[in-house]
Amino acid sequence: MICRLLNRILWMLVLGGAAFLAARMALAGAPVLGAALLLGALFAAWVYTSARAHAPRYLLPGLATFLVFVLLPLVYTVYIAFTNFSGEHLLSQERVRDWFAQDCYSPDPERLPFRLHPAAEPGQYQVVVPLEQGEIGRNLLISRPFTTNEAAAGKPVTLALNIVAPKARPLGIREIIGARPWLNKARFATPGSAVPLRLVSLRTLGYRLPLWNEDGDRLVNAVTGQALVPDPRLGNYVDEKTREPVGPGWRVWIGTENFRLIFRDPAIRAPFLKIFGWNIGFALLSVALTFALGTVLACLLQWKALRGRAIYRTLLILPYAIPAFIPILVFRGLFNEGYGEINHVLAALFGIAPKWFTDPALARTMILVVNTWLGYPYMMIIASGMLQAVPDELYEATAIDGAGPWINFAKITLPQIFPPLFPLLIASFAFNFNNFSLIYLLTGGKPDIVGSATVAGTTDLLVSYTFRMAFKDSTARFGFASAVATLLFIVVAILAWQQLRFSRPAPAAKGGTRG
Amino acid sequence: MVEGKAYRGRLLLAHAALAGFIALVMVPLFMVVSISFRKGNFATGGILPTPETFSLEHWRMVLGLPVLQADGTWEAPSVSVLRWFWNSVKISAASAFLILALSSTCAYAFARMRFRGREKILGGLLILQMFPMVLALIALYSILEAVGRWIPALGLDTHPGLILAYLGGIATHIWMIKGYFDSLPVSLEESASIDGATPWQTFWLIMLPTSLPIFAIVFILAFIGLIGEYPLASVVLQRTDQWTLAVGANSFLYEQNYLWGDFAATAVLSGVPITILFLACQRLLISGLTSGGVKE
Repeated sequence: MICRLLNRILWMLVLGGAAFLAARMALAGAPVLGAALLLGALFAAWVYTSARAHAPRYLLPGLATFLVFVLLPLVYTVYIAFTNFSGEHLLSQERVRDWFAQDCYSPDPERLPFRLHPAAEPGQYQVVVPLEQGEIGRNLLISRPFTTNEAAAGKPVTLALNIVAPKARPLGIREIIGARPWLNKARFATPGSAVPLRLVSLRTLGYRLPLWNEDGDRLVNAVTGQALVPDPRLGNYVDEKTREPVGPGWRVWIGTENFRLIFRDPAIRAPFLKIFGWNIGFALLSVALTFALGTVLACLLQWKALRGRAIYRTLLILPYAIPAFIPILVFRGLFNEGYGEINHVLAALFGIAPKWFTDPALARTMILVVNTWLGYPYMMIIASGMLQAVPDELYEATAIDGAGPWINFAKITLPQIFPPLFPLLIASFAFNFNNFSLIYLLTGGKPDIVGSATVAGTTDLLVSYTFRMAFKDSTARFGFASAVATLLFIVVAILAWQQLRFSRPAPAAKGGTRG
Repeated sequence: MVEGKAYRGRLLLAHAALAGFIALVMVPLFMVVSISFRKGNFATGGILPTPETFSLEHWRMVLGLPVLQADGTWEAPSVSVLRWFWNSVKISAASAFLILALSSTCAYAFARMRFRGREKILGGLLILQMFPMVLALIALYSILEAVGRWIPALGLDTHPGLILAYLGGIATHIWMIKGYFDSLPVSLEESASIDGATPWQTFWLIMLPTSLPIFAIVFILAFIGLIGEYPLASVVLQRTDQWTLAVGANSFLYEQNYLWGDFAATAVLSGVPITILFLACQRLLISGLTSGGVKE
């Protein structure tokens, strides 16, 4: 009874905290987020206080994290794939308009030095502009005292000719820097000009007008008369006549454009298909090589007459025991063309220095060598497990017929262990299909494909290709990268579904806790 | 068995093949150890350290001891590799523990309770987990940024934020633990519930103690999987003193600033404890790896 009461009180407190945070979110302009948080907290409170919800109590923490950190990113990525989100389309439409609003031009290049004096009233200021020429004794333009709020409102403060400067000492450069937030917005009207003065540097005022004037939806250039209209399909302001995009863009829904680009634009399609082909070849070869090597080793270790099997086994597992990023980086250094130890040895022995990182074929060979080194122990381990399930009688039967080890291997071992291993081979294929760390840390996808419209390397897998396109390219094509990611997910999901059909899932291959 | 000459010859051949292969596999490991004791960052004075080129400078650097700088002064390195190592261990251990907590409770519900959509959720979890997280980095980055705006301790460039993002990777572990729970007899729990135990009590007092082996396997697999995680950590963690080992080690091999010797010492220092941990749990892990595939 007391337990239940404490539970109730605890959840009251949690709900209170959630409501507080949700209110702050709503006030800060994120009401949807706040509502989601509150609903989630309410649901959790119901689950853990209701007498009926048994299963959800155990499922909620795990499934909720899964929802937020796997499903939500996935849905968001698919959503981005249908937008033009990129380095050039990063902002919202309002922010783009602000960007245009900040653009200014100066109808009069004259700059006037100014001083900022504290006024007699505390918290108020006066601006003084000393004029170079003028009647003797009337050589200052002085504003009336104004508050910072008044100045920040942007309504022009009038400057008038005067002779008596305020008594207080003017602000130093450091204090002016501190006053910049409101000083930037201040405008000052002078007697002779219709154009207001504004801050152009820390010591001078100048005549500045906004370059773009809003006219309904349109933006009209005050100097050239050029008119821009927003193009909601393009996510950009475009010239009214030429339809040329001007300035930064914003994010808009563009439908299947990104997907069509992959298949239509030859400068994208050609490298994409090349990478896709290499990706499949790499995954297949990796599985085949590690499986072949791992199975042979497992069979050898199965041989009871062989002494020291435990030591062999431990040493053979070693590459699997080291966190993969370490050997990958070690290989990157050893294979280095200029000062790597491998080329050092090859040069001393044969007088050659293969270009492991600039020749595509050699780079791919190196990747397969490294991946086989990394991957064979996993295959050896699981093949060993399967071998133990092969009944000894089968071998005894063929021994009577005088069969050698190769016949035994081909006729008994392989047919016995291949079917149960098949789902694990699919899992290994899926893991290697997206083996980002290997490629990114070893070659970084290089050498690059010549004539590609986006960054694309001859050793890139689709994952590293999309990663580089989104994070390592100056254009940061998030939308296009997400489209490729979506296609990739479809491929991997089909593989996973097939694997699920064949058997219970295997644990992920090395480093595969995050796929 | 008949032991003929040919048989013994084959045995010898197997020994030779295994020893040769192991020697080949070990070459990079020997190399990296020797490079960590070699002066400078290039193989100018030969590949193996000689008495002239033997130096502890990389090990001093890695352990945070003062190192002779180019200008002749002795100065401690600005970033400590030990710090990165500690960051990695901390993040991976905390994530692995939380992953274990989240996946074991979920697995219990999937194994022992009947509710609508059970099979569909289980299959869905596994298929969705296949989505490579590298591709969702843009989204994960935005989510952590949003979380950090309201709860700064869980945002970008924080360890709890990275841990939170790692917690999504529970699907395979749920399957593994559920498989184990399925293999346990229900009779014990039934008698407990007849005696009046609540589902939580059966879970806490009966399921947990009998499932310690699988929990150890899941913990170590999650730990080892995360300690080498690179892409997410490289995007989330920005300040050098927050980095994990994988991010820090990669920074030694930039083309413009190629610190091969320092990297080698880092690799040995960090690789050895994790490798020892793995080998110590070898039997446990291998049983986990193989059983996952065949157990029904």
